[in-house]
Amino acid sequence: MTELNYKKKDFASDQDVKWCPGCGDYSILSSLQMALTKTGTKKEDIVCVSGIGCSSRFPYYMNTYGYHTIHGRAPAVASGMKVANPNLSVWMITGDGDCLSIGGNHFIHALRRNIDINMLLFNNQIYGLTKGQFSPTSKQGQVTKSSPYGSLDRTFNPGKLAFGAGATYICKTLDSDPKHMTDMMVEADKHRGTSFIEVFQNCVIFNNNCHQEYTDRKTRSDHAVYLEHETPMKFGKEGNLGIVLEGLKLKVVEIGDKYKDQDLLVHDKHNKMLSYLLLSSHEENGFPKFYGVIYQEEDETFNDQVAAQIEQVRNKKGEGDFNKLLFSGEVWEVK
Amino acid sequence: MSSNDHIELESVVIRFSGDSGDGMQLTGTQFSNTSALMGNDISTFPDYPAEIRAPQGTIAGVSGFQVHFGSNEVITPGDEVDMLVALNPAALKANLGSLRKGGTILANTDAFTYKGLEKATYTDNPLEDNSLSDYQVIEAPIDSQTLDTLEDHELDLKNKKRCKNFYALGICYFLYHRDITPTIDWINEKFKKFPELAQANIATLKSGYHFAETLEAVVSTYKVPSAKITPGKYRQINGNTSTAWGFLRAAQAAKLPLFLGSYPITPATDILHELSKHKNFGVKTFQAEDEIAAICCSIGAGLAGNLALTTSSGPGIALKGEAIGLAVTYEMPLVIVNVQRGGPSTGLPTKTEQSDLYQALYGRNGEAPLIILAASRPNDCFHMAYEASRLALQHMSPVMLLTDGYIANGTEPWRIPDVDKHYNEIKHNLIEEAPANTDGFKWIERDEVSKVRKWAIPGTKGLEHRIGGLEKDYHTGDVSYDPINHELMTNARKEKIERVVDNIPEQELEGDSSGDLLVVSWGGTYGAVQMAVKQLQKEGVRISLMHMKYINPIPKNVPTILKNFNRIIVPELNGGQLINVLKAKYSIEAIGYNKMQGLPFKISELVEEFKKAIQ
Repeated sequence: MTELNYKKKDFASDQDVKWCPGCGDYSILSSLQMALTKTGTKKEDIVCVSGIGCSSRFPYYMNTYGYHTIHGRAPAVASGMKVANPNLSVWMITGDGDCLSIGGNHFIHALRRNIDINMLLFNNQIYGLTKGQFSPTSKQGQVTKSSPYGSLDRTFNPGKLAFGAGATYICKTLDSDPKHMTDMMVEADKHRGTSFIEVFQNCVIFNNNCHQEYTDRKTRSDHAVYLEHETPMKFGKEGNLGIVLEGLKLKVVEIGDKYKDQDLLVHDKHNKMLSYLLLSSHEENGFPKFYGVIYQEEDETFNDQVAAQIEQVRNKKGEGDFNKLLFSGEVWEVK
Repeated sequence: MSSNDHIELESVVIRFSGDSGDGMQLTGTQFSNTSALMGNDISTFPDYPAEIRAPQGTIAGVSGFQVHFGSNEVITPGDEVDMLVALNPAALKANLGSLRKGGTILANTDAFTYKGLEKATYTDNPLEDNSLSDYQVIEAPIDSQTLDTLEDHELDLKNKKRCKNFYALGICYFLYHRDITPTIDWINEKFKKFPELAQANIATLKSGYHFAETLEAVVSTYKVPSAKITPGKYRQINGNTSTAWGFLRAAQAAKLPLFLGSYPITPATDILHELSKHKNFGVKTFQAEDEIAAICCSIGAGLAGNLALTTSSGPGIALKGEAIGLAVTYEMPLVIVNVQRGGPSTGLPTKTEQSDLYQALYGRNGEAPLIILAASRPNDCFHMAYEASRLALQHMSPVMLLTDGYIANGTEPWRIPDVDKHYNEIKHNLIEEAPANTDGFKWIERDEVSKVRKWAIPGTKGLEHRIGGLEKDYHTGDVSYDPINHELMTNARKEKIERVVDNIPEQELEGDSSGDLLVVSWGGTYGAVQMAVKQLQKEGVRISLMHMKYINPIPKNVPTILKNFNRIIVPELNGGQLINVLKAKYSIEAIGYNKMQGLPFKISELVEEFKKAIQ
């Protein structure tokens, strides 16, 4: 896989990166550049496709093929590109506004079709490029420029939305942990089908510290569970906290007298019901966030099916012959 | 029957009309196919309601199919109807206005019941109140005759009733000396797996034919001799199929995969249906979640090196507007088909209009020029779809091909072209292999003459580049907010489209190169306009026709043509869109003739208008 021997800098374009100093986007950019040195994909086969927003300037900074498209439509452009040429490794870059508001329709349908693309959703719970309006992931009641008395909109949970749309790969990671992010990107690349990665990302200007308790190095270990497949869900600074299943609910417990390691819930990324609980959990007050691959299932990809159907029809009807088509049906001669 | 028993006619127009479940489209198609096989030239037009099933027996539910067949060249489905087949009172009421005085009505008397008349909003039975005295009426109890014919057939009542359209067809076949064999063959093929249905339909067809034979004493029959048609092999084709085939062929000629992203909309959907059938040509059809996704996935496929196509109608094109602008600024090949219908908004989904020219020219933000073509008749759609693909690929630009509901659904015979000779190669700008030295490659670099860039696609080593909707530096292609550069780029994109004139044919003129009146038309009105012009030319009027198929850019010789006529008239099925473009561009004086009824032009109304314009 590493015979290509790319260095991280091979994926950096010659353009000045124009994000605000301190923006979470920098570490995401750096992580993808690192991840691509590990995926074994040839540089010319990599394409970054984005919509509109701060996140969507991303392709300009990658030394791959890149297309900065229009607001919300990146999933559609990426879908067409992958179906047209399944050999390409397509990375779709989007933000919470781009993806879940104006692009909501295309987002769910790309997931539904299971097109083999990798989607990176930068979630900072705010509109950055349009300068600070609430987004579909903003907390209800949040005061922003377009909601001076608090936003009334209920909040979208991107993971649950993806789950409902039939996603075959749902993963969460955070901008302040480049190593985890990189690992998740490499994992996502291996998955055949739409890989949905939600990155909790900070906006220093309009929504600073929006995920702080979950992402801050000092506090996150008490508020975040790093999931690993077939491993008990254990967390906390001292490693003294864990997750158990009680009835149909998850519960945070302290490991000690009452609960032992063997009582903890073991993560199974192929277990759909468990994934649903994990995706739903942090809506409940004070619950930790789950990072890592929350759900994965193997299923046929749309792009493979398109190619297979063409082969099937060719086998049945023979390669298309235009002259034969022209003369099919009733043809008559005038002398 | 001796030749004295029938009247010889140059051409005949029949309209089959009934309830939208009565199978009128099928009946009309059979009649026109048979006529074509018998050597007539034909043109057809289906006219059906926008609702899948409007209430039975009402005027809203009337479905029609008009056939024009003749011994001379037939280009339109005809103005006035010579014979109206009315399977119920609503069909009579809805269509009587189109029937010429003295024309024939075939009325299904079984349907003229109290209830049927009431649904059609008749207070009296028109078959009994003398209101049809100007016409020749053939009364036929079609429902009961059909059931009587099928008395001994092993079919349920519902299926028996559905055979009545073949009874009506049988009557028409006798009246116009049509051969019933092709239809019998067709029925046998169609109902191969259901022999009872095949036998029932054939029996009903023959029964109708024989019924008409017994009416010989009271009704004249008609004969339309074979047309003098250019020798060659022919087939029937409608505009949407013709369009779809044009793209299939263009992809082969360009040696590129064909990709269609589309969202269903009347009257464009049949292009999607047709291309979906031909997966063995390698065509990829993507039925998207909405119009925007449809064009965006096509853009993705185009960026990946496919001949990319999206098909829609006016409201869908409105939604695609932003993405069309993106393709303009990407300077990438993309074909957009707009099968126009009545607007604005949802407008008249199943009726024709040509009111999207402004939308094609201006319906985007910013200065966003693209190439615009318009097909003139059903079989021309093939050629223009091929042309649209050729120009998109050769000029790295979106091309909008305008057709309309009238030519998209209309059928006519098509002399099958020698595609290996005339539609065999489209050269384009795709960099197929990575060059040895890729240093200094700039995706934006333009050909000096055509101003066209190269088409570098993902998968090609060393040509990695980034393109976006943001303005690009003229030299490097990088994002640029420089004001002077924006003007330079705006002009470059404009100039690129203007230079397409060197790659399109000169404007044709039908008639003398100077005269009293020049008729300027475009798109799907060609048939009617040409017939009207020809008729006046025969009468000695100094009139010529300039029918435009290349609308942006306009062919070079157009100003010269315009200069040589005393008067110019521009008939359009809109409020005057092309005329304003010509006035603005060439400062000419011209008269508009505009019709916005969701209906095509009649030859007779055009003749009248052209005469008026000369006086």
